[in-house]
Amino acid sequence: MVALMIGVLTFVALFLDMALDGFGRLSWEFFTNYPSRRAGQAGILSAWVGSTLVMLTTAFFAVPLGVAAGVYLEEYAPKNWVTDLIEINITNLAGVPSIVYGLLALGLFVYQFGLGQSILSAGLTLALLILPVVIVATREAIRSIPQAIREGSYALGATQWQTVRYHILPYSSAGILTGVIIGMARAIGETAPIITIGALTFIAFLPPAPVTAEPPFLSFEWLLSPFTVMPIQMFNWTSRPEAAFHANAAAAGFVLVIMTLAMNGLAIWLRYRLRRNLKW
Amino acid sequence: MGSQRLARRRARVVRERVIELILFLAALASVFTTAGIVYILVKESVSFFQHVPIGSFLTDTQWTPLFDDAHFGIMVLLSGTLTSSAVALSIAIPLGTIIAIYLSEFAPFRLREVAKPFLELLGGVPTIIYGYFALLFVTPLLQKIYPELPGFSLLSAGIVMGIMIIPYVSSISEDAMRAVPMSLREGSYAMGATRFQTAVRVVVPAAFSGIASAYILGISRAVGETMILAVAAGMQPNLTFNPLEPAATITAYIVQVALGDLPHGSIGYQTIFAAGLTLMVFTLVCNIAGHVLRKTFRETY
Repeated sequence: MVALMIGVLTFVALFLDMALDGFGRLSWEFFTNYPSRRAGQAGILSAWVGSTLVMLTTAFFAVPLGVAAGVYLEEYAPKNWVTDLIEINITNLAGVPSIVYGLLALGLFVYQFGLGQSILSAGLTLALLILPVVIVATREAIRSIPQAIREGSYALGATQWQTVRYHILPYSSAGILTGVIIGMARAIGETAPIITIGALTFIAFLPPAPVTAEPPFLSFEWLLSPFTVMPIQMFNWTSRPEAAFHANAAAAGFVLVIMTLAMNGLAIWLRYRLRRNLKW
Repeated sequence: MGSQRLARRRARVVRERVIELILFLAALASVFTTAGIVYILVKESVSFFQHVPIGSFLTDTQWTPLFDDAHFGIMVLLSGTLTSSAVALSIAIPLGTIIAIYLSEFAPFRLREVAKPFLELLGGVPTIIYGYFALLFVTPLLQKIYPELPGFSLLSAGIVMGIMIIPYVSSISEDAMRAVPMSLREGSYAMGATRFQTAVRVVVPAAFSGIASAYILGISRAVGETMILAVAAGMQPNLTFNPLEPAATITAYIVQVALGDLPHGSIGYQTIFAAGLTLMVFTLVCNIAGHVLRKTFRETY
């Protein structure tokens, strides 16, 4: 009991301290200003836009890949050494330090594929990083669907894919969503791999807009644009010696914590709801 | 009529096979990721070890890869990693275990229902946030107690890292303890043991394999942790096992190099891959050890 209280109180003290330091800097301008040499005018515009775009790219790659892999392992995979190899790999990848993914991305995406230090490289890196989370969540969600559902579907003449498409995926979607949110919450706070691929810490412009005035109205130039993200911005401000920048770091950290807590909280709430409503 | 139906059925079978193949390829992505990591790390490290003999990499006591008089002694960085991890674990393991025992054996049901998601929430806090705490909250606090402490130290980074790891350790240990069947506890009570004796002498040993793998996960977390150390432990390579000194770890070194502007293909660029390979080998050994421990000590009821 005492140990639990010590733990909880430490966390409360730490977060309160940060909230108090950063609260004074939170204002509308903080969200709409670029970083600046003057602490009082610096903001997180390029950071949160960068974070959002990187997250979109990450989700675009991680969700289809992770769900497909989860479905394969649960519904299709035969029991043989290939399946074992894949499963051992996923367990192992979950334990690889995130900075090693950064090195992979630096060698592979940035230099061998020539993607440069771009939003696309970062999105791919984080997608690989959260892939195990998405796969495991998908598998757990699918595993909780009773066998009778599948048998019923087959009895009506459905093929395996039709069973997956019309029964397995819809019934497991809430569980999968929970896993995806947790994965994204992890990705948004990851700093090390993105620093390793060489994201810049001082960006005073936005990537090209994804929507243009001329046809075809959609532009993907932003994928190859340099960028910065929230945690890197915070790292940059924290490692400066001036105290004024530390207040900025606290404010950025406050926003980041609220974002990740909100995402994780949503996921936990979703799972709680799911457990209560699920009665086969 | 008949041949048309046959053709339709064949198309359906082909579609099923194609879909299965696509799903299989998606599952293989994880294997490609591992292969990619090993390929990149080994490839760059091989050209690194053509310049630097592996013996001096392991035994040299200086790490100055960017100086004219370059030395590449990984021991220097490893000492920082080991020291900070030792500090972190000496906090996370006792506290995490006690919290797990309390939650699993003593806590009322409602508290447990609240505490478990709370621990998960804490596990999701970005590590850069903890780095901020280490540098701007814990270090000044420690300096009040021990004024000679420098602005960057392995101690404050390690303490905060330990706090960060507590949720992981306690969450997994608690799962392991909860999986111990009730009959074991009842047997212990029937022998006249108190609740505490039951928890420490029956439940913990019975759940040992799970608890041990929680510790090992904690170790590999600590070794791979980057941002807390990059922010709060300084980036000066320093061969020391004294937590009161600043020192760079393997991960902090990689960040430092990545923040600078090293030309692709230079020896400085290759060092981070050699450092990364060391890190990868270390965590791989941890993961395998955890796997073996779980297998050997798993008791089935």
